[in-house]
Amino acid sequence: MAQKHATPMLDELEKGPWPSFVTDVKRMAPKSKMCEDWLGLMEMSYRDKEGHWKHGGIVGVLGYGGGVIGRYCDRPDLFPNVAHFHTVRVNQPASKYYNTQILRQMCDLFERRGSGLTNMHGSTGDIVLLGTTTDELEPIFYELTHDLGMDLGGSGSNMRTPEGCLGMSRCEWSCVDTQDIIYDLTMEYQDALHRPMFPYKFKFKASGCPCDCVAAIARSDCSIIGTWRDNIRIDQEAVRAYVGGELVPHAGAGGREKGSFDIKAEVVDLCPTRCMEWDGKTLKIWDEDCTRCMHCIRVMPRALRPGLDTGATILVGAKAPILEGAQLSSVVIPFIKMEPPYGEFKEFVEKMWDYWMEHGKNRERLGEMIQRVSLREFLKACDLTPDPRMINTPRFNPYIFYDPAEVPGGWEHDGVAFRQRHQA
Amino acid sequence: MSEEAKLRIIEWVKQQKKTKHYFNDLCKAVPEIKMMQAKKIINELVAEGKLKYWSSGSTTMYMLPSEGDVDKEEKGMN
Ligand code: HEM
Ligand code: HEM
Ligand code: SF4
Ligand code: SF4
Repeated sequence: MAQKHATPMLDELEKGPWPSFVTDVKRMAPKSKMCEDWLGLMEMSYRDKEGHWKHGGIVGVLGYGGGVIGRYCDRPDLFPNVAHFHTVRVNQPASKYYNTQILRQMCDLFERRGSGLTNMHGSTGDIVLLGTTTDELEPIFYELTHDLGMDLGGSGSNMRTPEGCLGMSRCEWSCVDTQDIIYDLTMEYQDALHRPMFPYKFKFKASGCPCDCVAAIARSDCSIIGTWRDNIRIDQEAVRAYVGGELVPHAGAGGREKGSFDIKAEVVDLCPTRCMEWDGKTLKIWDEDCTRCMHCIRVMPRALRPGLDTGATILVGAKAPILEGAQLSSVVIPFIKMEPPYGEFKEFVEKMWDYWMEHGKNRERLGEMIQRVSLREFLKACDLTPDPRMINTPRFNPYIFYDPAEVPGGWEHDGVAFRQRHQA
Repeated sequence: MSEEAKLRIIEWVKQQKKTKHYFNDLCKAVPEIKMMQAKKIINELVAEGKLKYWSSGSTTMYMLPSEGDVDKEEKGMN
């Protein structure tokens, strides 16, 4: 079928070796007037090197301050079917498990009431329904909640839809039940998810082990990363089987084959803290120096496993560049058991939120606020004790700043009087 | 107490030149109230239709319903 608008420039984007969003939209266009006009509008943008979308708006569903992102086109005269192009974020199930029935229902719903375009999943973790009109928002919300048993996700200055790795459902390395944690936080903090109250967005992400498959350390204001505090479990027989070429390293990933394994070069020498030793017969690990990087376990999964006294490390402050540059999360709780109902963790969360709400500036992420007020102030506000594990290279830093309140006798410093006695 | 706080918040919004306000700024109208508590009050104002959300997608702001009419906003854009 002939396209409504010719798209010579967009067509170029179908030629590479990768899946093309242009192909996807074209496939939908015969069924969707929105997609037809979307193609025309995008072609114009590519030709003129100018965008035609407007950000933001007051649209939403009753009672919710998030989940719908208003988007409008500034040339409705040329492309009336994309005059409105709102996005609906749908809270994905923990670890993104669906049955095909739900997927079909969701696609049908969005073909009936929107462009039919979906994004599985957005970088927030949500299912994203791309492009609908203001009058379809309430009906979509009604069908989602009543017929599909699903809810909207977060947007704006809300807690965002929490996200986790597959965790214990499929992964032998998971040290915490990420699915349960994500479901529990989602239910516990419904109000924060649907009604904005923070200076800016706030994201939780949980990975079951330090491999960090959801990149919690890079993408969440509060990262929950599974770990263990006892020792790596070693099966010495299996270690020797790897060395002897009976087992394939990396479980064969990257095309590895049997018999090419050098344990010293590939494991011992690559341990970031150099806490391993191989004497030709036995592998020794000094666990007190192990940073739980997972490298050795990934290479020899049949021989090495995480310990049994498992829990999580809590880190805070990751963000993409907006006010400040990109930042990874920093450790604030080196180890916490993370067992339901997660009371100790939630106490921390609520202290953290109280402090951020009181002290955070508008559009300042948690990590940026901590950079401004200092980690020390933040820890104090959350009743946490500073610990060398919160510092990147503690053994290289000889400087310790004492708080007068923590030194017997303390001291007072009068800055104005000091300057009177000392010239600047 | 919260009814009185609600009035003060609305009065404060009416006095401002800007039409869109951050949550933090609304709280300035009731400085003696803790943020978590203020959040409840502001939520009630939204539920009662006395304030409205505006969202860029990444940040949320609040406005008076008289300023935040969807119909008007969309006609203005068309
Ligand atoms: C100069 C133009 C734009 C900039 C700088 C911009 C910037 C951004 C940023 C920084 C995010 C957050 C990404 C993330 O961390 O998940 C985002 C998300 C988003 N933007 Fe834009 N954007 C632009 C144009 C648009 C347009 C034209 C639309 C739609 C018509 C749009 C729709 C969205 C949606 C729906 C999301 C959320 C996606 C998700 O949930 O994964 N944006 N944008
Ligand atoms: C309790 C008193 C003092 C402490 C704790 C102290 C501490 C330090 C430290 C940690 C360094 C850096 C060393 C390094 O390069 O690794 C340093 C360097 C230096 N200090 Fe002090 N200092 C003290 C008193 C003084 C005084 C009274 C003077 C001179 C009036 C002084 C002059 C210097 C100079 C010139 C350097 C630079 C040395 C270089 O660049 O190699 N310090 N000090
Ligand atoms: S983060 Fe760890 S536990 Fe989770 S899926 Fe990845 S490897 Fe498995
Ligand atoms: S997990 Fe990482 S730090 Fe720990 S022993 Fe293995 S390689 Fe070394």
